[in-house]
Amino acid sequence: MLSGTRARGVQPLRQRRARPRIWILDFYGSAVGKKAVMAVTGIVLLGFVLVHMLGNLHLYEGAEKMNWYGEYLREIGEPVLPRTGLLWVVRSVLIISFVLHIHSAYSLTMMNRASRKTKYQGGRDYVAANYAARTMRWSGVIVGLYLIYHLMDLTWGVGGADFTRGEPYQNVVASLSRWPVAGVYIVANLLLGMHIYHGAWSLFQSLGWSHPRFNHWRRWFAAAFAAVIVIGNVSFPIAVLTGIVE
Amino acid sequence: MLDAKIPAGHISEKWSNAKFETKLVAPQNRRKFEIIVVGTGLAGSSAAATLGEMGYNVKVFCFQDSPRRAHSIAAQGGINAAKNYKNDGDSVFRLFYDTIKGGDYRAREANVYRLAEISVQIIDQCVAQGVPFAREYGGLLDNRSFGGAQVARTFYARGQTGQQLLLGAYQALCRQIEAGTVRMYPRTEMLDLVVENGRAVGIITRDLVTGEIQRHAGHAVVLATGGYGNVFYLSTNAKGSNVTAAWRAHKKGAYFANPCFTQIHPTCIPVSGDYQSKLTLMSESLRNDGRIWVPKNKDDNRPPNQIPEEERDYYLERMYPSFANLVPRDVASRAAKRMVDAGYGVGPLKNGVYLDFKTAIERLGRSVIEQRYGNLFDMYENIAGENPYEVPMRIYPAVHYTMGGLWVDYNLMSNLPGLFVLGEANFSDHGANRLGASALMQGLADGYFILPTTIAGDLAPQLNTPVPSTDSPAFREAEEAVREQVNRLLSIKGSRSVDSFHRELGKVMWDYCGMARNAEGLKFARKRVAELREEFWQDVKVLGEGETLNQSLEKAGRVADFFELAELMCQDALHREESCGGHFREEYQTPDGEAQRDDEHFAYVAAWEYCGTGKDAKLHKEDLIFEYVHPTQRSYK
Amino acid sequence: MSLLNLTLKVWRQSGPNDPGRFEVYEAKGINEDMSFLEMLDVVNERLIAENKEPIAFDHDCREGICGSCGMVINGVPHGPKKLTTTCQLHMRNFKDGDTVVVEPWRATAFPVIKDLVVDRSAFDRIIQAGGYITAPTGAARDANSILIPKQVADQAFDAAACIGCGACVAACPNGAAQLFTAAKLAHLNLLPQGQPERWSRTVAMVDTMEEYFGSCTNYAECEAVCPKGISIEFIAKMNRDYLRAKFKDRRAVVKVDMTEAAG
Repeated sequence: MLSGTRARGVQPLRQRRARPRIWILDFYGSAVGKKAVMAVTGIVLLGFVLVHMLGNLHLYEGAEKMNWYGEYLREIGEPVLPRTGLLWVVRSVLIISFVLHIHSAYSLTMMNRASRKTKYQGGRDYVAANYAARTMRWSGVIVGLYLIYHLMDLTWGVGGADFTRGEPYQNVVASLSRWPVAGVYIVANLLLGMHIYHGAWSLFQSLGWSHPRFNHWRRWFAAAFAAVIVIGNVSFPIAVLTGIVE
Repeated sequence: MLDAKIPAGHISEKWSNAKFETKLVAPQNRRKFEIIVVGTGLAGSSAAATLGEMGYNVKVFCFQDSPRRAHSIAAQGGINAAKNYKNDGDSVFRLFYDTIKGGDYRAREANVYRLAEISVQIIDQCVAQGVPFAREYGGLLDNRSFGGAQVARTFYARGQTGQQLLLGAYQALCRQIEAGTVRMYPRTEMLDLVVENGRAVGIITRDLVTGEIQRHAGHAVVLATGGYGNVFYLSTNAKGSNVTAAWRAHKKGAYFANPCFTQIHPTCIPVSGDYQSKLTLMSESLRNDGRIWVPKNKDDNRPPNQIPEEERDYYLERMYPSFANLVPRDVASRAAKRMVDAGYGVGPLKNGVYLDFKTAIERLGRSVIEQRYGNLFDMYENIAGENPYEVPMRIYPAVHYTMGGLWVDYNLMSNLPGLFVLGEANFSDHGANRLGASALMQGLADGYFILPTTIAGDLAPQLNTPVPSTDSPAFREAEEAVREQVNRLLSIKGSRSVDSFHRELGKVMWDYCGMARNAEGLKFARKRVAELREEFWQDVKVLGEGETLNQSLEKAGRVADFFELAELMCQDALHREESCGGHFREEYQTPDGEAQRDDEHFAYVAAWEYCGTGKDAKLHKEDLIFEYVHPTQRSYK
Repeated sequence: MSLLNLTLKVWRQSGPNDPGRFEVYEAKGINEDMSFLEMLDVVNERLIAENKEPIAFDHDCREGICGSCGMVINGVPHGPKKLTTTCQLHMRNFKDGDTVVVEPWRATAFPVIKDLVVDRSAFDRIIQAGGYITAPTGAARDANSILIPKQVADQAFDAAACIGCGACVAACPNGAAQLFTAAKLAHLNLLPQGQPERWSRTVAMVDTMEEYFGSCTNYAECEAVCPKGISIEFIAKMNRDYLRAKFKDRRAVVKVDMTEAAG
């Protein structure tokens, strides 16, 4: 029976389709589910960003160590796995995470736009939301574009600089010696830091990791994580530009 | 003489006997009945939810945008129940006794005893629903003593007991809406009762958003529409609280009982200017630790902290040494009025008395006071702009609750068959003065437990009778009359706003039919109200249309009814030549200024029959017989 | 006592189909002890005197508990003072000469009915979907037979203090109702009485919420404007319960869904 409230009131924006049989799709069909997926993929990507940054510290040990490290990543897991086997497993996980992270972000953004079709006509004032939180979509899109450039530049070698497969040290130095490129790297990593600053806090909320004992550490964790990533990553172009790494 | 249909037997067996003797409607037959419930406060929500749960088809109406906003939500203090969890000698009989005595022997014994009996079940029910009552560290429910009661029988949820109880009832109601047994009509106002062959068969409503006038028929109509304190314009009621549903039922033949019994709450924040739109209550619990005083010298303009102890008059402690600051509401209120009227008032408008926590803070420390009353102090500071930890609060009495209402018998049915009245809208349980923390108890007792049982007795004989047709002449005429009134209000196009009339009406009522009344004043007030009513219908200005949301139009209809009610209140107050509870006639007081009851001549319920606008209503009496509690003079000296 | 002269920019919209616009009114001689709504009353009386229709706004108890009132004042729901409903916002929080912009809640689920009045019935829908404990009248056992630690009762109360005003939705850049829904869920899911229906309740309420409202991006704007100070920790709790309902207790939830469908 139709209730009076329902009859008079507002029509739903979206009717949930019949529950998909496959529970994971059912789960992903909800916004809370999508946020959880975004958080989990975010954790995967955070892990990648951290390991990536730490690995790149080999840059400071000179060409030999750095290039050995690049080769090591391909060989790891041999002989149980074929060469670059594990690397591709990791890459697959990263690609899937990335796709899911972007898809959930996109579909939630669409949902949220529909939820406020008329904006505040007299303007609005933010009380709590910081700049990082409010610009997640922009920082996310820009970091995504930067990632594509980064892959073109230093993985596929189509970024315009001299590129030799198997010699990451030389490639990095060649690319980052161009100051506009170094500038792009610096700006993009600052945005990545902002993205992490909100994301690494937000994931606790999305996954329901909340407890009075550690809640006050969540902000610190996010800030520290973002700082470590930004300091590490930004140090590379600066080191190249200033000649610390040649 | 009115028949209250009180069941036979000893008072402790009456309710059991009634339950056994009332006819039943079998579960499979309940869906054949349509019941209309108006109002979604504690009484309305709980009644609708329970009726729906039992299997009846229920339609519920409220003027607010959601049933959760009914004014029960604002009750702060708590709810009484004779659980005796504190082992301090409480019992059903003691709660019954206290309520009868507190009501100054003007309530019906059988109803009050049943209320005390059911109080115990209410707490169980509310806890089962998840109402987060205050708890002790061991996990058991906490109780406090409230409003001068000598036992701790008040259950509370911080200072928001009404909110939590209403949300419990609202949630139960929502469960039934989802189940399809209850159909909810928010933003819909009842504008008339339809009576056919002497029986209530339905209502006429106006959809407040579209202006659509609708007819709704039912086998029974339940009014749970609250009190009429807003007749005074300024009260602690919500702005929307009104008498319209009850008053229109009265005009259709339901008797209005004891309309002059209004309760004035002693601790409210005083009026700060003529723009004032409502008064805010500060919980009565403040009187547990606060001391009330005025300066001994009139026109002492020094800030309160500069007035030395010996120049302060702690008048309640002086006049009532044993109860002191904890005397009942009516006594405390009148004492404050006496002080202010005599020129001892404090504050910029000289319209308050001090409620001082200095001694309590010195004795208990600021942190204890903060723990007990922190939210109230914040609320006070927010409204009055003064910090009560440093400057004494200023308080003054304000209209709070109306004990009068539509007359009902033991089964909560009015004199019109098929019309039931619950909660503050009926007159039944509080006599001439309500005890603190008893209003919530009554609303829920009526809604959860009493009505769902007693209504069956009225419905059972109607089994297999179809729902009355809404095409009948009675419905058509009622709808016509509602339309006509709406159109008339819109077409006057006079010069004065609705609020300006309401304010003026309120002032007349407060001055002459408020805390203290006398024959001369009441006669004057009645004449003045009639004049104002005439002027209202000549000169009110209601802009806008009838087919959209039009808040001025809503108010105009309500104020029109307040005018008529006000005249009846004056008539009732004038006829009751005694003082009792909230009704204080200056001519009838003891030599030391206390209320003087006249049990010989006025131990009855005055139920008034409507005889036309501006005409004297006709008095019907229900004699009050006290078999179990012998009336005595209340004394709090 | 000082008097304020303000310029008001108020959203006027005659009905759902009117595009609406701001109108400017001078509010002169406003007493600083007035509440914001009393100030609007004064403006309305003047409008009526000029034969203009008064500004429509929802309000009822005017003591901060019924949740009826609410408007966006200078870009912030319920205005500049924290932990305060519009009716409890007093004019001493404004300065002489201020321009005050007043706008209704904006959310697709809260369509404007007129001027500053919006339809919040989507909130009722969320509660109807499962915001209750099934406790038929008369079936309750003695109240003290359920022991609830004080800390649990207090936390449940903190959540239950929600007044359903809708400021959280109005403040959320996504028009999300997570704080409202999470508060009701926490109130019931924390208590022992609420355990039997905990998982089905969580799924039903969240799913219904998502039919009407946006999603949470953890801005915490809702918490900042909530007049009752309800914490976003309850949102984390709701998310956790939803995840648990979907994973651990999936079968129990499905079973309940099926019986509901059959009934």
